[in-house]
Amino acid sequence: MSQLEIRNLSASIEGQEILKNLSLAVPKGEVHALMGPNGTGKSTLAKVLAGHEDYEVTGGSVLLDGEEILGKEPDEIAHAGLFLAFQYPLEIPGVSIANFIRAALQSRLAEGEKLDAPAYYKRLHEKMDLLQIDRKFSSRALNEGFSGGEKKRCEILQMSMLEPSYCVMDETDSGLDIDALKVVANGVNLMRGPDRGILVITHYQRLLDYIVPDKVHVMYDGRIVRTGDSELAKELESRGYDWVREELAGSPA
Amino acid sequence: MDSTEISSPEVTDLGGAFERHLALSVVPPRWKEWKRKHWDHYRELPMPRPREQSWRFASRIDFDPGGITLPSLAEVESSFPEIVGQSDLVREQAGRLVFVDNHLADRTELPAELVEKGVVFQPLLEAMERDPDLVERYLFQESTNLGSEKFHALHNAYTEGGYLLHVPDNVEVDLPFVVHHWHAMAGAGVFPHILVVAGRNSRLSVVDVQQSWQPDREGFICAVGNVFAADGARVFRKTIQNFNPRAVSFQLDTNNVERDTTVRSINLNLGSRRARFENEVRINGSGADVKLYSLTVAKDHQEFDQRTLQIHNAPHATSDLLYKNALLDESRTIFSGLIKVAEEAQETDAYQTNRNLLLNEQAQANSLPGLEIEANDVKCSHGATTSQLDPEELFYFLQRGIPRRVAQQLMVFGFFEEVIEQFDHEELEENLRALIREQFSGDVLAQPTPGAHAEPEETPAS
Repeated sequence: MSQLEIRNLSASIEGQEILKNLSLAVPKGEVHALMGPNGTGKSTLAKVLAGHEDYEVTGGSVLLDGEEILGKEPDEIAHAGLFLAFQYPLEIPGVSIANFIRAALQSRLAEGEKLDAPAYYKRLHEKMDLLQIDRKFSSRALNEGFSGGEKKRCEILQMSMLEPSYCVMDETDSGLDIDALKVVANGVNLMRGPDRGILVITHYQRLLDYIVPDKVHVMYDGRIVRTGDSELAKELESRGYDWVREELAGSPA
Repeated sequence: MDSTEISSPEVTDLGGAFERHLALSVVPPRWKEWKRKHWDHYRELPMPRPREQSWRFASRIDFDPGGITLPSLAEVESSFPEIVGQSDLVREQAGRLVFVDNHLADRTELPAELVEKGVVFQPLLEAMERDPDLVERYLFQESTNLGSEKFHALHNAYTEGGYLLHVPDNVEVDLPFVVHHWHAMAGAGVFPHILVVAGRNSRLSVVDVQQSWQPDREGFICAVGNVFAADGARVFRKTIQNFNPRAVSFQLDTNNVERDTTVRSINLNLGSRRARFENEVRINGSGADVKLYSLTVAKDHQEFDQRTLQIHNAPHATSDLLYKNALLDESRTIFSGLIKVAEEAQETDAYQTNRNLLLNEQAQANSLPGLEIEANDVKCSHGATTSQLDPEELFYFLQRGIPRRVAQQLMVFGFFEEVIEQFDHEELEENLRALIREQFSGDVLAQPTPGAHAEPEETPAS
């Protein structure tokens, strides 16, 4: 029960089917990688899980610790424990990182309960130090004028502040140089634990040198076509996705 | 959609409101004559129609200023203690006056030091008794050129509740003068008159707070504010309009600005069913530096209609206007601004910016910026932008668990912060943030204080 369980999920956008009967489960305590060529539906999966209104779910279910989250509003899904690290984090003019995260934490408190501000800032600064984000950034507008690497580190900062039960990280490694990649991977590794399931979506194996997954799933054309251990990622890296494509074409349906 | 649907005020003084008012009024006989004259003028002027340029985009006039009542002192007196107790937006102050439905409800004594220096901060009636020359020099010398001439005349016919603030030459006052103008009774007509006379090289700031006592009583409020800033004066005027959502309000302001003055005005507009704000600045002396700011949160079906005029009649002066509107729900805003630079006003810097943040697709922001320049060596610009809360941005907030209304609130504070900081008074800024937050209540409870830098000082990483 303690898992993010995707069962036979199908979803489409503007009438075009992107996810096709996809099934996948990430138990708490594990890190899974989801790999696949571009355009195969990885980001769509991430957005559907988070309740994005542009996608129409045509079948299946998504259970978070046994609780159905399909059909819920994005903020309800967030409160149920799912966090999405965005591939392209948005720039929010006028809203500082500190106030954004604070509002997110406040939204998780009971009515009338107030966040302890000094304790909040202490924790925020600790996490920022860990992710090598200058503390001055906390009062800057969220992602505004940030470099690609700064935006991704800021996603990890939010993730570590909100401590979600399940994290879906959409192409967190894209746009990162190797140093930034290590910082991000370190941040994610510190969040690994028995109470958290993490799904790392990536196109490249590179990130998985630093975040070693318990399982690797290969996605192709809206479905999971292979599941294996971390060796599978290395195989993909050396042989490329064409190998998957050819194998699928050759295999009996 | 024709204003003739409304029975005209010429007919609706059937109740004899004005005649009764005049009979009961305690103003000196000369002032009564002025009242009569303004009343006649009011009756002569036609009711504005939406097809006029100065009322473009405004909704049909759906209220009847002739149908108002002017509550007597006996009717409102019992509310004074409670209302005065609520008149606490600014505690650090040079002096405070509280008016309730045109009647003086409370006043603080001015510090002796200011009295000695000749500072006058008095209800108009009292000022008229003590220093009629000074009052007559400035009272009723102004009108509006921005469309509400008829309502201005009505104001002049009725006003008695209001004040004169006079800071003499070379006197500087650090703390703000604070005036609360309350609308209390159902159907009341309220006519706050604000007369600010700043002597040469004087310095002052004044805060006008306009509110309703009850959340659901209709009211018609027509305020007039006239600022006279003599050479070298520094005047900072802050106005908060937070009437209840059943009130109709007007604020008709003029600023006469002389040589080397520094004039600031900031308006925070939150209340009223429909609120019209006319603000005219006349720069008559060189070297003047004028900044005009306005912040508006429009929600539900509110309509905020703002008309401005920056007139440069003298060279080497600067005026800079920034009006920001945040629109929620099905609200509407109108901004119409004009910069006029006379031929002799060379080396003028004049700017006008209207920014709108649309937080709902049903909201509507209208903008009519304009320039009229006769000088040939000027820097002038005008611009209007309207931005929207992008659905992807909203999704980002929601994915972090932040509900829609809170996301909107955070965006509005982000949008407003650069102007809120200009209030230059920490206590007032905090209280205004709280007032703005209240606009989002109903679906929002205890929220963080966006924009407030509660963050402790940076400490070096250990």
